Amino acid sequence: MWRYFGRKLLIYGLTFFVAVTINWMIPRFMPGDPVQSMLSRANIAQPEAVEAMRAHYTNLFGFDLPLWKQYANFWAALLQGDLGISIWVFPTPVTDVIVRAVPYTLGLLVPAILLSWVAGNRFGAFAARRKWLDNTALPVGYVLTATPYMWLAILLAWGLGIVAGVLPVAGAYSFAMEPSWSWEFLGSLVEHWLLPFASLFLVAFGGWAIGMRNMIIYELEADYVHYLQSLGASRRLVRRYAFRNAILPQITGLALQLGVLVAGALVTEIVFSYPGLGHLILKAIQNQDFFLLQGTFLFIVIGVLIANFVIDVAYVVVDPRTRIGMGEAA
Amino acid sequence: MTAEPPESVAESVAESAAVTAAGSAAVVTVRAPRREALYFALRNGKLVAGLVVVLVFLLAALLVPLTIDYGPNDYVGPAASAPSGEYWFGTTTFGQDVFAQFAYGLRATFLVGLLGGGLAAVIGMAVGFTAGYRGGLVDEILNMITNIVLVLPALVVLLIVNAYLGVRSVGVQALFIGLTSWPWAARAIRAQTFSLRSRDFVDLARLSGVRTPKIIVREIAPNMSSYLFMTFILLFGGSILIAASLDFIGLGPTQGVSLGLMLNNAARWSALHLGMWWWFIPPGAGITAIVGALYVMNVGLDEVFNPKLREM
Amino acid sequence: MSLTVTDLRVHYRTLRGEVKALDGVSFTVADGEIMGLAGESGSGKSTLGKSLIRLDGRMRHVGGTVELDGVELPVGDSAAMDRFRFSEVSVIPQYSMSALNPTRKIGKMVAELLASRGERLDPAELERRLELVGLSRDVLGRYPIELSGGMKQRVVMVVSTLLNPSLLIADEVTSALDVSSQKAVARTLLGLRDTGLVTSMIVVTHDISLVYQIADTIMVMYAGRLAEKAPADVIVTEPRHPYTRLLISSLPEVGVRQADKRLSGIPGSPPSLLDPPEGCRFRDRCPLAFDRCAEQPPFTEVAPGHSVACWKAA
Repeated sequence: MWRYFGRKLLIYGLTFFVAVTINWMIPRFMPGDPVQSMLSRANIAQPEAVEAMRAHYTNLFGFDLPLWKQYANFWAALLQGDLGISIWVFPTPVTDVIVRAVPYTLGLLVPAILLSWVAGNRFGAFAARRKWLDNTALPVGYVLTATPYMWLAILLAWGLGIVAGVLPVAGAYSFAMEPSWSWEFLGSLVEHWLLPFASLFLVAFGGWAIGMRNMIIYELEADYVHYLQSLGASRRLVRRYAFRNAILPQITGLALQLGVLVAGALVTEIVFSYPGLGHLILKAIQNQDFFLLQGTFLFIVIGVLIANFVIDVAYVVVDPRTRIGMGEAA
Repeated sequence: MTAEPPESVAESVAESAAVTAAGSAAVVTVRAPRREALYFALRNGKLVAGLVVVLVFLLAALLVPLTIDYGPNDYVGPAASAPSGEYWFGTTTFGQDVFAQFAYGLRATFLVGLLGGGLAAVIGMAVGFTAGYRGGLVDEILNMITNIVLVLPALVVLLIVNAYLGVRSVGVQALFIGLTSWPWAARAIRAQTFSLRSRDFVDLARLSGVRTPKIIVREIAPNMSSYLFMTFILLFGGSILIAASLDFIGLGPTQGVSLGLMLNNAARWSALHLGMWWWFIPPGAGITAIVGALYVMNVGLDEVFNPKLREM
Repeated sequence: MSLTVTDLRVHYRTLRGEVKALDGVSFTVADGEIMGLAGESGSGKSTLGKSLIRLDGRMRHVGGTVELDGVELPVGDSAAMDRFRFSEVSVIPQYSMSALNPTRKIGKMVAELLASRGERLDPAELERRLELVGLSRDVLGRYPIELSGGMKQRVVMVVSTLLNPSLLIADEVTSALDVSSQKAVARTLLGLRDTGLVTSMIVVTHDISLVYQIADTIMVMYAGRLAEKAPADVIVTEPRHPYTRLLISSLPEVGVRQADKRLSGIPGSPPSLLDPPEGCRFRDRCPLAFDRCAEQPPFTEVAPGHSVACWKAA
């Protein structure tokens, strides 16, 4: 088991290393003088931002230094939590901008992922081998899982927000309010949270339901199920075992889907102008704010790595085989 | 993923033939697997329906642009008009024909699916076959690389790459999508290869001195061809969705048009608030229909190749 | 009379139509009898074994009855059959290596299985039975993956016989094992009967030489029908059916599996069961065939406890 975690941690460590290296390398692949081209691309209102940017970039890239030194400097800055200064909201440090946005993204993503996973698995297991449900509900599942996140978000915003006018379609809370711990503000937060949450939830739900349905069907054909049936075990016990075993690949699936879910959250936030990381990315791209873009990238990678590790732990808790020294299972 | 090995259908049928009285039927099955697969394929509603939808959109992508004598981004009509006999899907705020954009956008969608999915499939196969067949240290290293790319959130990496390098063509976009979306395929193919490599026919080939690449191409790949095809379909659909997200964020091709770019424009120019539903519904519906049909097709194929799933 | 099977017909649904895997089979198994059930692949022996406890998805009960201890078993109705499974009829499946839920500790699985049947688990009895097959009680706290193949096989034997079934079907239980384990399994099966935990037993096998060591009687099947049933030594020393004779004469030595290979000495192969020919099904390969074989020979008793389906045997 410790071998299993050791392996996983090694992979995550290497992944982080690769992500940082990509971050370091990509600007160096830009054609021409990256500092100059970034400065000229950035549409900056304040002139002092240009100077700050030039200073930071020059310092960071340090093109006169040997490559390994440039690389080492990059890591040193990173480890001090210095991701540069944002151009878009000059002169706020990128780290601060991101830290302010992270709660919104987590507030959308975590409930959407967990609830869609739980509900989708339940529903999929329920639908499996119930012919009428299988034939009616699952086509809907396929449509849902094939829907681009932003399109469902647009449809919901249009239908429920604009046409029906029941829910707000922009921001995380009413523009007329200042954040505070009042009931009114919290109510506004929830109101603004519902639609982006729903669009994330629905697309993911479809995928989990279908995955579970297929897994259950395979499990019900497994030898241990046939054996139980031969000994007249109750349908309930058989289904319980099948569900329990079908959950395992769904946990692995959760890890595999994390990147897709995060991507979904980013575009959903863009549709709803929800002030999370997706919104930051859009602003960063529109304003050529490369520090902000790179910082957000690193934050997301770290978040995904942590989530992966949490899933690994959960897997070990659920699958006894990983606990008895067979580290191969995942 | 519905990843039970369909490639081993023939084998498992043959094995069960050793003990069940269905033996005589199973032997016939092994002799004529192609005919059998075709028979089930044509009878499989999911496969046929999915295929029809995909083909209809493919034909529309290929043929419709030929019938339109202006470009998708030309300002041809009245601004912001609802669908009419003249402009079937209406026009944008700037008077562009949404139908023309849709038809040209389908081309970009299929192209990115084909190139991106194709490249990912090629990399996935190369890595999967090599790791699964060679095993040992090669496997360890490839596995490590696969896991790293797998854990990295593909879209976010693509965001960085596209933003810096200014990827502005469908081809380059597809290239980068292919480079980031192969890991799960490699893992699945590796597992399949692993289970095939100790089979008799592979041993036989190895003993008779056939070289490794040839064994993979001649002996292993054909035995999991249905599985490889299904993997490609999933990668194809995945590429389309990733490309749509990139385009929507504003990192798509600047020349031409794609379905994702249409959504981006519709959102950017407040089609939502202006009630111009004809601007944002077709592109999203197009993507959903194509990707959904691909997924349904895949389930159909799974049922065709895997007798356990067939409804008797 | 423990088990009476009358004109049992079970078909397989396939793409090309119904395979008549079991085409009118009648026989009896007495209390305390261990019957070996032998035949080539596709002879219907496994189908017969499954028919008595659980038809798999593609099998269909077409006709005939199965009576166990005077009660008719609803073999075609899986739900109604549940009441008899485990307690009256039980099975040691061919796939013993994978028959245990991989994510449950064995003890817990057994307890849950019994609870779902409304039976109480007697831990002392369970431990005693594990001891009988040479397993310690520790296995109950283990997951299947922690046990060797032979241990799993023995666990399944204990679990399957826990409710002292009247009839136990052992389906190719030795085919996955090496020779010495095969012998141990055979001895265990014998022990189950001798200690009275199981009343009678059908041992489905392609290995006559192995089953000969434990079986009281051996029944040979060919192409979905019965060929011959007789006391084990009679089958081996004085077989009457030409198919049995060829089967026995092709056995070079005890312990060597032969019957699962196509009989090299007999030209031809078994007929397709999709649309089997009229008359004796062995006719085309039979050295003794004559005109009358176009007519189906009845499975009749030619000597006490010895039945044969062959015109020449009478």
